[in-house]
Amino acid sequence: MPVQDFEQLFQQKIDAEDKIEPKDWMPDAYRKTNIRQISQHAHSEIVGMLPEGNWISRAPSLKRKAILIAKVQDEAGHGLYLYSAAETLGMSREEMINDLHSGKAKYSSIFNYPSLTWADMGAIGWLVDGAAILNQVMLCRTSYGPYARAMVRICKEESFHQRQGFETLLVLSRGTDEQKAMCQDSINRWWWPSLMMFGPKDSESTNSDQSMKWKIKRKTNDELRQNFIDMIAEQIKVLGMTLPDDKLKWNEERKHYDFGEIDWDEFWSVVKGNGPCNKQRLAARRKAHEEGQWVREAAMAFAEKRKLKTKAA
Amino acid sequence: MTHTFIKKLYYGDIPEEKGGGSNYQTKDDSTTWPLWEVFIRSKQGLDHKHAGSLHAADAQMAIENARDVYTRRMEGVSIWVVESKYINASNPEEAGELYEPAIDKIYRHPTFYQLPDEVNHM
Ligand SMILES: [Fe+2]
Ligand SMILES: [Fe+2]
Repeated sequence: MPVQDFEQLFQQKIDAEDKIEPKDWMPDAYRKTNIRQISQHAHSEIVGMLPEGNWISRAPSLKRKAILIAKVQDEAGHGLYLYSAAETLGMSREEMINDLHSGKAKYSSIFNYPSLTWADMGAIGWLVDGAAILNQVMLCRTSYGPYARAMVRICKEESFHQRQGFETLLVLSRGTDEQKAMCQDSINRWWWPSLMMFGPKDSESTNSDQSMKWKIKRKTNDELRQNFIDMIAEQIKVLGMTLPDDKLKWNEERKHYDFGEIDWDEFWSVVKGNGPCNKQRLAARRKAHEEGQWVREAAMAFAEKRKLKTKAA
Repeated sequence: MTHTFIKKLYYGDIPEEKGGGSNYQTKDDSTTWPLWEVFIRSKQGLDHKHAGSLHAADAQMAIENARDVYTRRMEGVSIWVVESKYINASNPEEAGELYEPAIDKIYRHPTFYQLPDEVNHM
């Protein structure tokens, strides 16, 4: 069968909402896009543990510490589900890790911003996880089966992340003047980077909508970003705080919030490696991997030894 | 149709050429832990169901990792692990021939039989 026919059959399956599974025929570009996207998603989960891990030892109470550990542990799990999903497309775990460490593969730029105060644990949960959830809910219906299944599992776990973040801020917003100020400052710092998480404006790229046609994605960046802004603009009222955008205003005609211009120069500069923490994040990942090497080797040697012993017995 | 380039920059999908990068090489691991498939029984009385996969040095570690990765919220009461290389799978390209024998045997379904109303709950 000529490739064109395979592609046609493939597209028919997608159009019929059939999922694509690992051993099915798929266009090369479909495989590559999925590998790139799923592995970047996995890297984001793993690197995303760093800004929060930073506060585990300094959480203000035992309860908050336990919650934060549980959340960070969830993110490690998310990374694993996603690496496994990407591996089904034929890229090895080692290759993926190496691409992360060399800087070839990206992770969400949001994690290149520092977590400066305890309030940041609240803002990250509410805004950063909140933004990620909108993307992930959409991806539960993505066309590649293993990715969609990983997303379903992840979404079940994510809602606790956003809720605990909001609750952390809620407590601060009802606290002393100092705590209120800390809460507002944190929202001010995380708001714009959260909006950047959705990626460039749709008008930035006029070319083919292949990811939509293949149903890898089902909503555009601008659609997801607008959903997010509409949600947060309402929720912030409960906190009695403000979002740092004087253009933010309900538009009765559009039935959406209007908002100000995002600093895209900052976005691309952080993507290219010049954010406040890019170097630190990569250095932390490389160090963890290198220092874990002897453990990985020892575990393997131990397993071999045990296998020999059971054979002998 | 065969030459499709994806240039649109979607959420969480930054193309490589936009990214910078360096020549850093991860040191080669002399050993790569094998891949395991994980099956979880969520409740007594139910089947084990495929949950996902993970890397581990041996079966015991695979079970312990599976507990941490797939049952953090009491999603399971029993775990099976099997090294992925031992799984044999049917070929999707042969699905047509493989399942063809079942297609025309509609009499295997209860709905094939038209019964009078009095006994139709059968
Ligand atoms: Fe996550
Ligand atoms: Fe999360």
